[in-house]
Amino acid sequence: MTETSGHDIPSFPMARECPMHPPAEYRELRGREPVSRVRMPDGQVAWLVLKHGLARKLLADPRVSADRLHPAFPGRLTAEQRAAPERVRRLSTRRSMIHLDGDEHGAHRKILTGEFSLRRIAALRPRVQEIVDRSIDEMLAAPQPADLVEHVSQAVPSLVICELLGVPHEQRRDFHEWAGMLVSRSVSIRERAAASDALNDFLEDLVTEKERGEPTDDLIGRLIARNRRTPVMTHDEIVGTAVMLLVAGHQTTANMISLGVVALLENPEHKARIAADPSLLPPAIEEMLRYFSVVENAPARVATEDIEIGGVTIRQNEGIVVSGLAADWDDEVFEHPDRLDFERGARHHVAFGYGVHQCLGQNLARVELEIVFETLLRRVPGLSLAVPAEELPYKDDAGIYGIYRMPVNC
Amino acid sequence: MHITADKGRCVGAAQCVLAAPAVFDQDEQGLVAPVTVDPAGADWPAVRQAVHLCPSSAIRIDEE
Repeated sequence: MTETSGHDIPSFPMARECPMHPPAEYRELRGREPVSRVRMPDGQVAWLVLKHGLARKLLADPRVSADRLHPAFPGRLTAEQRAAPERVRRLSTRRSMIHLDGDEHGAHRKILTGEFSLRRIAALRPRVQEIVDRSIDEMLAAPQPADLVEHVSQAVPSLVICELLGVPHEQRRDFHEWAGMLVSRSVSIRERAAASDALNDFLEDLVTEKERGEPTDDLIGRLIARNRRTPVMTHDEIVGTAVMLLVAGHQTTANMISLGVVALLENPEHKARIAADPSLLPPAIEEMLRYFSVVENAPARVATEDIEIGGVTIRQNEGIVVSGLAADWDDEVFEHPDRLDFERGARHHVAFGYGVHQCLGQNLARVELEIVFETLLRRVPGLSLAVPAEELPYKDDAGIYGIYRMPVNC
Repeated sequence: MHITADKGRCVGAAQCVLAAPAVFDQDEQGLVAPVTVDPAGADWPAVRQAVHLCPSSAIRIDEE
């Protein structure tokens, strides 16, 4: 990218003034330069896309690559990772579909699409309900105020993924602990790296065991069986896929649960209406997804050719960040985006991304959110925050927005 | 209105089924499987929404 003097390129990510709203700069920049240059934390300059229409257009453009090992991929590798060649090697062999392009991506995705069909997800509902009920039991039995993040937000998606991947029951506690450490603020970088290694090793062993034994009736087992009939993935890529499914499906849903509960508690009138008629939940969840767009800046790409968009030319090999949050607060597309309107009924948000990489687990996430909110409203009607919502520890420093801890009285 | 659905382009997001459940379904592989390719007039707005929401442009409609 041609260098201009550093001082006129804003740093990215930008800070929020209000925990429930995107950074104010988004609005101003969107009007002035809907595709603008920003400086990433590692000093690289990338393009930031802030308009809904342009975000969808770019994410659906075949001239962008999702290869995270490309030198221009924004926020690609941390200094820590660069210092650990072993990690980089692992990243490059354990590829999963979210970083593949074209036909290779298509083959990796299509071997999984059947696992996430609406029918398959609907069949999981009773198990999700059991997991949610058990998690709420634990929260109710804990000393008050209890941490809703620990007992519900973190626990439910973690256990659902264990169920999906076929993690044996006796190993779920370890799995859950490592997954939690990956995002904890109270552990050191070293401990977090150790937890990441432990999870990787654990999934490596799980896949190896399933490859050796009789085919198991779970996602990894079925993936292995399908891959034997029509080889698509290497062993390392199956492990990478398992890691990706865990990472993609855990924190995203967990943070949406926390933020969604705050949204419900802060809007008692809507909460009462939904409690009386749970059929109002799906559109309310759609609005929460739009409003929070927790995977704020995840869709990062690299241009593989020059692309003219939004009045600028993105050159080949330049990095791009699409802000789903900025796109979902585009007031030309969503009237009064700052209003959390549970009856808005807008489905065209990009909280799950857009284009061929749009979240494959989105309908599992919807079911988890629906069952969690419905069950909380029904079983814990007196649920309340033990501290004011604005004083909760929000994840200003995390890749996926959310809340670290949520003391509640049941 | 006539629908052309392309399983090759489909990425199994199921947006079409969520938007127009009377018109779209998914096959065993989770890929788009229209229940009918000539939907009744009452379903046209939902089908247009499905086209708009599909992340991979796997659905085309011809409106005569």
